[in-house]
Amino acid sequence: MTAIIHSDAPVDRIGAQVPFRAVRRVRSLSDRSIAWLFVTPTIALLLAINIFPLIWMIRLSFTSLNLSMSYLPLRFVGLDNYADVLSDEDVWIRLQTTAQFVISTVALQVIVGFGLALLINRQFRSHSFWTTIILLPMMLSPAVVGNFWTLLLQPQIGPFNYVVGLFTGVAPSSFSMTGEVALAPWTIVLVDTWMWAPYVMLICLAGLRSIPDYIYEAAEVDRASSWRQFWSITLPMAMPFLMLAVLFRAIENFKMFDMVNLLTSGGPGSTTELVSITLKRAAFEKWRTGYSSALAIILFVTVFGAANIYVKALNRVKQR
Amino acid sequence: MTAAAKSTAHSIVEASPRVKAFAAVIVIFYATVTITPLLWIVATAFKSQSDAIAYPPKVIFQPTLEGYVNLFTVRTRQTPDFIASLPPATTWYDKLVRKHDMVVAGPSKVVPRFINSLVIGFGSTFLAVLLGGLAAYAFSRFRIPLADDLLFFILSTRMMPPVAVAIPIYLMYRELNLTDTWTGMILLYTAVNVSLAVWLLKGFIDEIPREYEEAALVDGYTRLQALRKVVLPQAVTGIAATAIFCLIFSWNEYAFAVLLTSGDAQTMPPFIPFIIGEGGQDWPAVAAATTLFVIPIVLFTIVLRRHLLRGITFGAVRK
Repeated sequence: MTAIIHSDAPVDRIGAQVPFRAVRRVRSLSDRSIAWLFVTPTIALLLAINIFPLIWMIRLSFTSLNLSMSYLPLRFVGLDNYADVLSDEDVWIRLQTTAQFVISTVALQVIVGFGLALLINRQFRSHSFWTTIILLPMMLSPAVVGNFWTLLLQPQIGPFNYVVGLFTGVAPSSFSMTGEVALAPWTIVLVDTWMWAPYVMLICLAGLRSIPDYIYEAAEVDRASSWRQFWSITLPMAMPFLMLAVLFRAIENFKMFDMVNLLTSGGPGSTTELVSITLKRAAFEKWRTGYSSALAIILFVTVFGAANIYVKALNRVKQR
Repeated sequence: MTAAAKSTAHSIVEASPRVKAFAAVIVIFYATVTITPLLWIVATAFKSQSDAIAYPPKVIFQPTLEGYVNLFTVRTRQTPDFIASLPPATTWYDKLVRKHDMVVAGPSKVVPRFINSLVIGFGSTFLAVLLGGLAAYAFSRFRIPLADDLLFFILSTRMMPPVAVAIPIYLMYRELNLTDTWTGMILLYTAVNVSLAVWLLKGFIDEIPREYEEAALVDGYTRLQALRKVVLPQAVTGIAATAIFCLIFSWNEYAFAVLLTSGDAQTMPPFIPFIIGEGGQDWPAVAAATTLFVIPIVLFTIVLRRHLLRGITFGAVRK
């Protein structure tokens, strides 16, 4: 991150400015009041739309509010909701499902994305055109993606099963990617990777391009094998970028709702029910507002905690 | 001289032709596979109902505009006698519909939904870039106490799962009568986008040398005049790129839209999956809607190509 204040402004110019500054202050707003005037609307909006609701939700998480029975008087139940959430075996299973989803998608996307970045970095002709093509999926609406993949993955009419059938000889209608307990968890991983591997690729590409050529030239002079060059130069120098990509992907996928909701809506049974889907069901189908507020707060704390630890690790890698 | 030429030929700076060809083959293969689902959807939009659900899936088919007609119209099924008794069809789409023993009963909801997407998208983008731009300028140029903490706070509002944020917003909007309104959705999307706008625009403004403004100030401009006449023209590209990123977010957003709108202010993403025909999803119409919905995104991606990296990393990675 760059410094907020540029300390490298020429000293003589700062000196020259002093007499004018006094004049300017009289004539118009001072810099300080402009600064506050400019920052306040954004902060106010975020306080109104993000922080105030968050505080309200913390309050609700200590109540028994159920919107389908809102005629009941609002009762404060202390930490009961938190106890309910944490002792609910289902919540733990959903968290496990979510963790498996996050770990497998991030791992797969790092492999595919980093691999593609290494190849594209060879700068073959027309690489820029093909890179743009590869980037398209990540720009799409996850909901729309989830929706149209249900067509592609239809057992009878979808092209996916047909192509799998062509290569393996399995009858296309004999398996359903979204309808089978054994396959559905892999299906959401597959579609998510289709969509987001380009994201990791783009960040890794920037990492690879940031490595100066002379380091490789020096390695050539020392007759380091290309395998050795990869492990001692490419990977460590691209690592901060790779970790940044992992951080963003992990947070995003921990929050995952839209794509999976449309692709499998948590099914079959609850094999692909990520914790966001559970939260949506508790809050907007069962209307257990108190309970779901507690769950939401627990999720916040998890994301923030994990992100903070990760950012610290990231900075340590950067400093090396 | 020859030795130097030889060494660069071996170095990683310029990969050997064999390595390049190998890389090209794999990348082009991946790109082809990855784009196929999208092309399949674009093609499905031009299929007839029966071609869309044919087994085996059809690659070659007679193209038709039925999908698009179905997307934009509501139709009712009639007896052949009734259709024969009608005056001859005057428009091409009437003819197309009557082939299936149907008549056009009126326009579908797709146009209002599209308008919702446009209004909410542009409204929230405008506000986010305006507010975010002002804040970014202040963070970039002035000494603000706790600047780093404020910036982190602005970013952190984006880490919250949307479903979790929607719970109190839903209650708050119910009290304020903002559920299912343009205003409500624009405010919400502005709040989400403003964090991106501040971070991206701060990066762009940081790159404009402050000497320009300082010269203008010395020349007697006020801060605001210098901002308008010196900084703004220099920041146009950055503002445009930021605006497109905000627009893409609002355009694509689903979780808030599905939880907080149901009709009047519903945008395209929650609408598209519920385009249904007789018996289940009307796939050609869904594909047609998806195609129309995705075209602007594809154009934006091409336009944004140079700034894409910055946009997706909140300005953390530039270049």
